Amino acid sequence: MLLLLVQAFNGLQFGVMLFLMAAGLTLVFGIMNVVNLAHGSLYMVGAYVCAETYVATHSFLLAIPAGLLAALATGVIIEIGIFRALYTRDHLDQVLATFGLTLMFNDLVRIIWGSDAIYATVPKFLAGQVVIIPGAPYPAYRLAIIVVGLAVAALLYLIIARTRYGMIIRAGASNRVMAGALGANIVVLYTVVFALGALLAGLAGLMAGPIFTVASGMGDSILILAFVVIVIGGIGSIRGAFIAALAVGFIDTMGRAYLRPLFGLFLPSTAADNAGPAVASMLIYIVMAAVLFFRPQGLFPPRMR
Amino acid sequence: MAANRNRRLIMWLGMAALALVPPVSLALSQPYYVDLFTRILIFSIAALSLDLIISYGGMLSFGHAVYLGVGAYAVGIADAYGIDSGLFQLLVAAAATAAIATFIGLVSLRTSGVHFIMITLAFSQMIYFLSISVNKFGGEDGMTLNQRGQFGSLIPLDNANVLYYFVFAFLALFLWIQSHLVRSRFGMVIRGARTNPRRMAALGFPVFRYQLGAFVISGVMCGVAGALLAEQALFVSPAIMQWSRSGEIMVMVIMGGMGTLFGPILGAVAYLVLEDVLTGLTQYWGFFLGIILVAIILMGRQGIMSLVYGLRWKSSHG
Repeated sequence: MLLLLVQAFNGLQFGVMLFLMAAGLTLVFGIMNVVNLAHGSLYMVGAYVCAETYVATHSFLLAIPAGLLAALATGVIIEIGIFRALYTRDHLDQVLATFGLTLMFNDLVRIIWGSDAIYATVPKFLAGQVVIIPGAPYPAYRLAIIVVGLAVAALLYLIIARTRYGMIIRAGASNRVMAGALGANIVVLYTVVFALGALLAGLAGLMAGPIFTVASGMGDSILILAFVVIVIGGIGSIRGAFIAALAVGFIDTMGRAYLRPLFGLFLPSTAADNAGPAVASMLIYIVMAAVLFFRPQGLFPPRMR
Repeated sequence: MAANRNRRLIMWLGMAALALVPPVSLALSQPYYVDLFTRILIFSIAALSLDLIISYGGMLSFGHAVYLGVGAYAVGIADAYGIDSGLFQLLVAAAATAAIATFIGLVSLRTSGVHFIMITLAFSQMIYFLSISVNKFGGEDGMTLNQRGQFGSLIPLDNANVLYYFVFAFLALFLWIQSHLVRSRFGMVIRGARTNPRRMAALGFPVFRYQLGAFVISGVMCGVAGALLAEQALFVSPAIMQWSRSGEIMVMVIMGGMGTLFGPILGAVAYLVLEDVLTGLTQYWGFFLGIILVAIILMGRQGIMSLVYGLRWKSSHG
């Protein structure tokens, strides 16, 4: 039972990180109508710069802003340099150009920082364990990720639902042309939204560093999971992305932890050993297929006019 | 239709040039070229099959490498169980990819546009992770095959030149099928559905079934390419269907020229020769490929075929 709670926390932590990635993707798609395969590269840049700065300065307080700033700067540069030319193109052009960017960035980090994976360390003040539930200590670092992630989600909600700029973002998402005609500066809006997405991806990446290894191509697998999240949640919807991210994080973690013992109840042990991990690795895609079969637009499609 | 005549001329000249690869590499005493070009022909089949759905059908599948993987694993698994009949292995590969393509198509064709891209990508990732997690068939390390499929003493695939012409025959067959398919009634329906699915439905065509048909045909063709890849390499691993492989096949189609029949084959030749040369010069070939790819797109995406016959291919879907 205690282990189940710990796994539930792990699922929440994974879900929160997926949300940070999915939020940027879904915003960029909802407002600019752009498929961005290079979003994983921003995650990777955040992770690399943070890990390298921490190694060089031994200061996590310097490493965090460095990682965020690097992801933000990279995002703004590719938005102005490349994405502006892609907004009017079809999806095929967008997929290919951002795929090219991904290939480029994956090798660029190898050129700058070498091909070996970096094992980023947890900062000292977060290295221990915290006892939230008696008898089940939980790593402080993972708890910090949950807290930061939920705080960012709340902040994002406040910005989009309660501020003037959030109103312009929502207006841009429902009708770009009309928002532009009413005086919103669409060019600036695009850059701001893209930069916001880059910042969130960078944050996810730098927090992921000490949990996974920091390596070239690290953003690719989480990018595809983030795609699954926004497809389930309904592309363009932040609320859908949040709910779907937590659900996917939870289902994936639980599947990996409990499917093998569950199958063991009614299958011979060798069959369970084979089927458990196999089904666990496919679980969220099966969920996605099921959701899409009944609701092709996702669970919470944004209202478009 | 001068452009059409030129196009056909290029196709014949190109296929003739490809047929001459083994004697030329023998004359140059470079047997390596036969291996390289066998691989190129196999990827030509994959690119040709993708061209059918993205150019004629307007279905932007970003998970096409999954069929390479399924076809290759079908051969690998048959081999692991001691089935050495080459014909049987190819049939198993075709049946397996048909089943997987039908499943993926049934779900993902319910959507379109960006959803379709992301869903095909996600499903290919699903099969990729499945292949990693099944330790019985090698898991992440992949599996080595015992021997090439047997086609009797007439077609000994262990001979590199025989294998080359064997693959060449498949490419020629698929090229012939595709050139007739896209001009047939079936081809006209899927081309019509690309431009305006509603109008095609209003004309009484069951658009979904036609699109699913094209999707499965394309998957099976690519599955045969995967089977041939396994026969050539005698090795199968999840890396065959990594998501970036799907992107590479798409790049081959775009480099050659979409919807030009022979274009994807030219693209596969250009891409893999470029890869072969650049990986010899630098270990960061992805960096240069990425820059080249972004440049091609920003300059307006015109394939090699358009250079040859000067006809601008215009994007008419999105």
